[in-house]
Amino acid sequence: MSKKWKKYGSYALPFALVIVGFIVSEILIAGGNMSRSLKGQLIPICAYIVMALSLNLVVGFSGELSLGHAGFMSVGAFSGAIVSGWLLNGAGMENETLRLIIALVTGGVFAGITGVLIGIPVLRLRGDYLAIVTLAFGEIIRNVLNCLYFSVNDRKLLVGFNNANLPGTILVNGPQGAVKVAKIATFEVGFALVLFTLLVIMNLVRSRSGRAIMAIRDNRIAAEASGLNVTKYKMMAFVTSAVLAGMAGALYGLSFSTFAAAKFKFDTSINILVFVVLGGIGNIPGSIIAAAVLTILPEQLRAFSDYRMLAYAVVLILMMLITNNAKLKGFVMTIRENRKKNKVSAAVTAAQTKGGEQA
Amino acid sequence: MTQSSKRHPDTKMVPVPSTSIIPERDLGKLPVLECQHLGIDFGGLKAVDDFNITIGRTEIAGLIGPNGAGKTTVFNMLTKVYEPTRGTVMLNGIDMHGMDTVQANKQGIARTFQNIRLFSNMTVEDNVRIGLHNQIRYGMFSGILRAPSFWKKEKQQHEKALELLSIFDMQDLADVQAGSLPYGAQRRLEIVRALATNPSLLLLDEPAAGMNPHETEELMNNIIKIRDRFQIAILLIEHDMNLVMGICEGICVLNYGRIIAKGTATEIQQNPVVIEAYLGKQKKEAQEA
Repeated sequence: MSKKWKKYGSYALPFALVIVGFIVSEILIAGGNMSRSLKGQLIPICAYIVMALSLNLVVGFSGELSLGHAGFMSVGAFSGAIVSGWLLNGAGMENETLRLIIALVTGGVFAGITGVLIGIPVLRLRGDYLAIVTLAFGEIIRNVLNCLYFSVNDRKLLVGFNNANLPGTILVNGPQGAVKVAKIATFEVGFALVLFTLLVIMNLVRSRSGRAIMAIRDNRIAAEASGLNVTKYKMMAFVTSAVLAGMAGALYGLSFSTFAAAKFKFDTSINILVFVVLGGIGNIPGSIIAAAVLTILPEQLRAFSDYRMLAYAVVLILMMLITNNAKLKGFVMTIRENRKKNKVSAAVTAAQTKGGEQA
Repeated sequence: MTQSSKRHPDTKMVPVPSTSIIPERDLGKLPVLECQHLGIDFGGLKAVDDFNITIGRTEIAGLIGPNGAGKTTVFNMLTKVYEPTRGTVMLNGIDMHGMDTVQANKQGIARTFQNIRLFSNMTVEDNVRIGLHNQIRYGMFSGILRAPSFWKKEKQQHEKALELLSIFDMQDLADVQAGSLPYGAQRRLEIVRALATNPSLLLLDEPAAGMNPHETEELMNNIIKIRDRFQIAILLIEHDMNLVMGICEGICVLNYGRIIAKGTATEIQQNPVVIEAYLGKQKKEAQEA
């Protein structure tokens, strides 16, 4: 039974988790039992779940610490908002869902291109150095976006760098960020994006390429000696992660009427890393739960008014302590180890007796 | 009338070593490996110098020598972890100059490591599947979209992995995490993983380290079994003289980075230079006195 569970159960669990979450939210909305503030957070929750999952691909499965993930999110958010704005004002496309989907895809593509450009220099580095350089690139992206101006004039998309005097409808206005964004993001599409992300990551990890990514994480030298192209698979994980982050960014951006590049600062990257670490590095259901809970938490702590962020920090520390409690962990581990040990020793003795018979 | 010389003024003629031995059965075939004047310097230190060896197509060869003699450095040069400073390596008649580790593996060299290097967080089967990575392939998108080729190739990989594991009777351990295996099984798994890359030359770095006499005996049988079944050459580094003298056909002794003796097991055992390298000079002086 445990073998079957390992094969199908652990695959189905995160999907089940997300689907149950979606159904519960829909029932709460239909019954009018969901508070306004929580309702407003449904789309950001979806976006942050996707961010956490995509960062987990880099941190958990590829084994590289990336501190610039908000950079990819912002590239996705801005390109998504620009495309959506252009489709509405330039091409006159009215269908919101179609526009949203095109925006998501565009956000993913542009973030993916950024991922390739950043990945080429960054993936030559290892460990702490890689983390610092991704952090620097995240800041570079934010500062470049601060200087960009976009407008639609007579079906044409105009771009300005440090030039605020663009004719027509302004879409992106430098440090002010994207303005007059049509809030077309919906919870349903967000839910679909989470499912899509799960499908991509789960299927990638459980395939030839995913095994190569994990093998390189476990032992780079042995992976090279087994004929694995290390750069290729590190790049694959990094760019896939960037694409998904870009899509999350587009979803996130299109849920606001205006947003600035300052929203995707360094602390956003750190927040996402907190989701991944708290949920467990390489643990997919953990990332989902952590992202959802930690996005809701600050809003629910409004009762503490001025002490809100202090309370958030305290809760965070408590959660880390509880999930990493040696006794609690030890208890869970002993159960799992016992099951594993029995299996290993049984198989080893079986192999030995077989070998003994042969000799 | 003087004939002007068109030779390069610096030309220096050197003898090419032709003293290597290979099994008679491999005589008509291209040797798997031919090293000539192979050498590497680390700063001012000549770690390995003038290393010449020829390995026959189905030979089990041994590389022995005291600690620090440069045996693992030779392996690292052959697998292109280090680029040699001097000399040539010909694998299956192809010059390996300028290749990297990945290309060396694709050309047909596979190895195990002195300190075990498994993918310890992955299952035993997945470790072998990494070895099959370049043998049974499908693209990233077939994997994500679960295309028909994914199912087909995954099945092939699964069957091939179990077949390879069955060499060491490890097929029942396929779902176990590699890091939780006993030490001896980890060494065997490394050999299976190396074999999965379909090599023509298998390099084993101290395969019997940490094994008990019974396990070593079994390992010797298995090394011969692997050679017979896959018709490949095996070069092994080992300190266990029972194993080396028991299965190695050609043996090469290295000391201070240089070959001090080559020959069959009996020749090596009687060679005074080898005995001196292992036991020191005192014994000889004592005899003379």
